[in-house]
Amino acid sequence: MNRIIRWFAMTMIIIWVVAPFIPLWLWSFSLRWRFPNLLPEVWSPRAWLYLLKPSSGVLDATIDSLVIAVVVTVVSVAIAIPAGRALGLYRFRGKRFMEFLILAPTIIPGLASVFGVHGLFLRYHLANSLVGVILVHLISSVTYATMVMWGVFSNYNPEFEEQGRVLGANPIRNFRYVTWPAIFPGIVVAALFSFLLSWYQYLLTLIIGGGKVQTLAMLLFNFARSGDRPVAGALSIIFMIPALIVLFVTSRYLTGENAAVSGLGGGR
Amino acid sequence: MTHLVLNELSQTYSNTDKPALDRLNLDIKSGMLNALLGPSGCGKTTAMKMIAGILTPTSGDILFDGKSVLAIPAERRGAVMVFQNYLLFPYMSVGENVGFGLKMARMNKATIEKKVLEMLELVQLPGVQNRKPSQLSGGQQQRIALARALIVEPKVLLLDEPLSNLDAHLRDEMRELIRDIQRKMGITTVFVTHDQEEAVMLADKIALIFEGVLQQYDEPDVFYNQPGSLRAAKFFGGVNFLDGEYAANQMTTELGTFSAPRSSLDTGPGVLSIRPEDIEFGTTNDGDNTISARVNSHVYVGTYTKYKIDVNDFRFEVIAEANTKESFPDGSNVTIRFPADKIWILPKG
Repeated sequence: MNRIIRWFAMTMIIIWVVAPFIPLWLWSFSLRWRFPNLLPEVWSPRAWLYLLKPSSGVLDATIDSLVIAVVVTVVSVAIAIPAGRALGLYRFRGKRFMEFLILAPTIIPGLASVFGVHGLFLRYHLANSLVGVILVHLISSVTYATMVMWGVFSNYNPEFEEQGRVLGANPIRNFRYVTWPAIFPGIVVAALFSFLLSWYQYLLTLIIGGGKVQTLAMLLFNFARSGDRPVAGALSIIFMIPALIVLFVTSRYLTGENAAVSGLGGGR
Repeated sequence: MTHLVLNELSQTYSNTDKPALDRLNLDIKSGMLNALLGPSGCGKTTAMKMIAGILTPTSGDILFDGKSVLAIPAERRGAVMVFQNYLLFPYMSVGENVGFGLKMARMNKATIEKKVLEMLELVQLPGVQNRKPSQLSGGQQQRIALARALIVEPKVLLLDEPLSNLDAHLRDEMRELIRDIQRKMGITTVFVTHDQEEAVMLADKIALIFEGVLQQYDEPDVFYNQPGSLRAAKFFGGVNFLDGEYAANQMTTELGTFSAPRSSLDTGPGVLSIRPEDIEFGTTNDGDNTISARVNSHVYVGTYTKYKIDVNDFRFEVIAEANTKESFPDGSNVTIRFPADKIWILPKG
């Protein structure tokens, strides 16, 4: 009985996770594929060869996407650690209001706020630039990263740091050897969220980047709209690879003993 | 070996006006084992954190060997605190936990490893260095926390409720271990407890603190024989008190006049106190300080019997050794005697 359930679960997971990729792979290797054929009529590596050519812009777009996502991730986490600590550990005047402000971007649609931001960015020459795109990506990334670190610090016992200090750790080494290992799983998850949010961002990049900043997401959208499905299929696969790598590397921090929510836990 | 002095040490937290600790003065001789005793929330942990340097005093001074240490940050002060819940770093092995202080002092790896093994030997847990803290029992974690503090050879060792999280039998073991190690290493030690028995059994001297104010600082037996106040007497298990007027070695009360040469006051309104085990029991109404009474109830506790005795509207507790031949049934008429040299007169209030 148990084996049947396990097999059933495995099958469902495979269908759910792997099946959506099958049409993408098929498209990417097709030249002609019309309804109602189950498989492409003519096979060809054309799409892949095209994307590998420098003129396709894939390499440039990947680099742009990576630069933006990495900068957004580093900045988000750097802001989220002290912000999460303040919200999770300390009581201060106006805390409720701060909590609301931090959460606001999850309620207000990005599109609504970005039109306001756009005017401001134009005035300060941030529109149509990489810096402008990074700033606008940070709106949602900082929010989610802070929420993760907030949770981590709510479950964190600052007495561990006092213990580190009386044992001779100066503030820097104390952070390095006491605080950092305790919050590291949380940082990984916050970084993962920030990276993926930025990586998959399309609309804000389009508005603020004004077409000057070409990320992979924008390139993919262009091909999908132009109707070149083989190229769109191949690009979708390329588009997903970095995200899958990041997810794979960090997955052990998402569940089980190492989960981000564990904090320092079990101090007692 | 460090001579620790607290001079008018005070702490007032920003959210209250009432100080958590109010002008604490203590002179703790080098190598002594000292207790800060008081009910929870009386300011004893606050005092400890200030000595360790993780809390800045509002006013007052802390001196190690005559020199103020207030300007020295916690990591260089050399006062190591062992927290009540041990706080072993969960992501480090037991060995790494014990060696933490030496690693922070940038000692080389081989020396650290050697010292860690020595420390584990000292706390009687050899061979656990590769385990994770979560694989140890509460008592073992406590020993590791102690080893982690001792390895840096602190000037002052601070223990926050070192026995309160342990089972009764582990408690006895741990108490002896702390006592032995402290004697062997001669480290000036301050521990915090709310349990007077624990303080009496472990400490050379006890500082009794109520609501942030030092009540009495004395050797343990003084708290039993000559408590400084009614509250101190009650905290140390005193139950028999009688109001009266004291003059010329005589205490005049509603139950008569008792001769009482031992007193904390010269003359005036006071409280007669006598410990339950010091009251003598009998049936003959002779001698001084003797009054007639009636047994209300009794409980047999194995090594002794505890009686509740009524005299008019007053009730006294009397403890009689189990080997006392006579036993007194409930309701029987008896006499009780307060030996003059066992009575202690307390100031009123």
